[in-house]
Amino acid sequence: MTSIGTGYDLSASTYSPDGRIFQVEYATKAVENSGTAIGLRVKDGIVLGVEKLIHSKLLVPGANRRIQTVDRHIGMATAGLLADGRNVANRARDESSQIRGLWREPPTVKELADRLALYAQAYTLYSSVRPFGISTIFGGVDKTGPSLFVVEPSGVCLGYHGAAVGKGRQLAKTELEKLKLSELSMREAVIEAARIIYIVHDDNKEKEFELEMSWAGDETGGLHVPVPADLLAEAEQKAREALETFE
Amino acid sequence: MDRIDMDRLKSGEVNLGTSIMAVQFDHGVVIGADSRTTTGSYIANRVTDKLTHVHDRIYCCRSGSAADTQAIADIVHYSLQLYTQEFGAAPPVSSAAAIFQKLCYENKDALSAGIIVAGWDKEVGPSVYNIPVGGGSFRQPWAIGGSGSTYVYGYCDATYQEGWGRGEAVQFVKNTLALAMGRDGSSGGVIRMCVITEDGVERLFVPGDQLPKFWEGHEVLPAAVTGANVIDPVPMAVE
Repeated sequence: MTSIGTGYDLSASTYSPDGRIFQVEYATKAVENSGTAIGLRVKDGIVLGVEKLIHSKLLVPGANRRIQTVDRHIGMATAGLLADGRNVANRARDESSQIRGLWREPPTVKELADRLALYAQAYTLYSSVRPFGISTIFGGVDKTGPSLFVVEPSGVCLGYHGAAVGKGRQLAKTELEKLKLSELSMREAVIEAARIIYIVHDDNKEKEFELEMSWAGDETGGLHVPVPADLLAEAEQKAREALETFE
Repeated sequence: MDRIDMDRLKSGEVNLGTSIMAVQFDHGVVIGADSRTTTGSYIANRVTDKLTHVHDRIYCCRSGSAADTQAIADIVHYSLQLYTQEFGAAPPVSSAAAIFQKLCYENKDALSAGIIVAGWDKEVGPSVYNIPVGGGSFRQPWAIGGSGSTYVYGYCDATYQEGWGRGEAVQFVKNTLALAMGRDGSSGGVIRMCVITEDGVERLFVPGDQLPKFWEGHEVLPAAVTGANVIDPVPMAVE
């Protein structure tokens, strides 16, 4: 074990003496380096927002989306390794269609998130794999109403009124806590989500970013779709104005 | 020749040559069945319970092979417990019907099962699904099944009306089953019924000697048989 540390971090199937799994903690680090993703569960729906950092000016606008649709009524936003997000999205789609085949009804967000938590947890058990380097926000509307869940690399799954993952999550969470989420409408939530993403974006170090937003709820007829361009533009305009007065 | 075996029951197999029924009313469903189980002409059980629990508020009425339908109901019962664990809430009747339907369709060559699924759920309230022998699935306001049902389609069509309450629905099931049991040789015994509502499941029982009575005819030549005091033949009463 010379020059390679303690050796407790070489495998996801090894505990450290104080009961931690370092590979899972490294996965969490991968999430912390990523642009922020937030989710708001409001009165009549959910809104997802992502601060997508543009690592090259040569990229086509809108490329490398980090919000994906899982089922007609469920979407997910990821923070962390982009490719891992793709894999989880594909798995989520498979799970969703499996649930539809089994029970002949659209899955609830909770059930889907629970299943993907099991999937993520399985990647903490074997030396042949590494845990997912992403935290995923699942949002959607189902027979229980609007719901929002976060699945962490460890396989933990929790429900939220408002969720934030990625680099700016601390600031985003304090901003989310100021809102009365259960009284907000979807349109108001879009404005707030855009504002929060703009606030948490650290423009000293970072280059450009793209605001990516989607929603599902009464406004969309229960479907998970991107926020329409005009509303997105309005939200970004207001976000920039709010940024002037912030701090 | 490799053709599909249409003799669905094996020789000696226990059969639910049955009369079963389910009716939806404003706050719940009423399900009912006769109690006869036969092997050929022998009544293997005269007090059978064909109303089978698959979840807290979902029951099924079984007709066809007793073994097949019990096995299917067991699998559905297991599946619905799984659903409850996975969703943390009671399953809807539609999901229960979907599982029955899938089992009946995918194994149609091996099964003899005609099932009616009925119950109450949070999403749509009361509902009745008919799953006849080929493995179809049909949501209906009322459904009848089993060999006895063929005799009472007309009665049901002429009698059923929308907007019934519990009392009318129970009476409808009781009358229909009594009529079916009266005509069908493979049905009989007692009537068992369940009323399923949001509040719970209530079981009702009608003994075989207290079934509703309908016109049962009368002797055309009452005295002629005994030969006591011979009277002139009277023309049969035509009603």
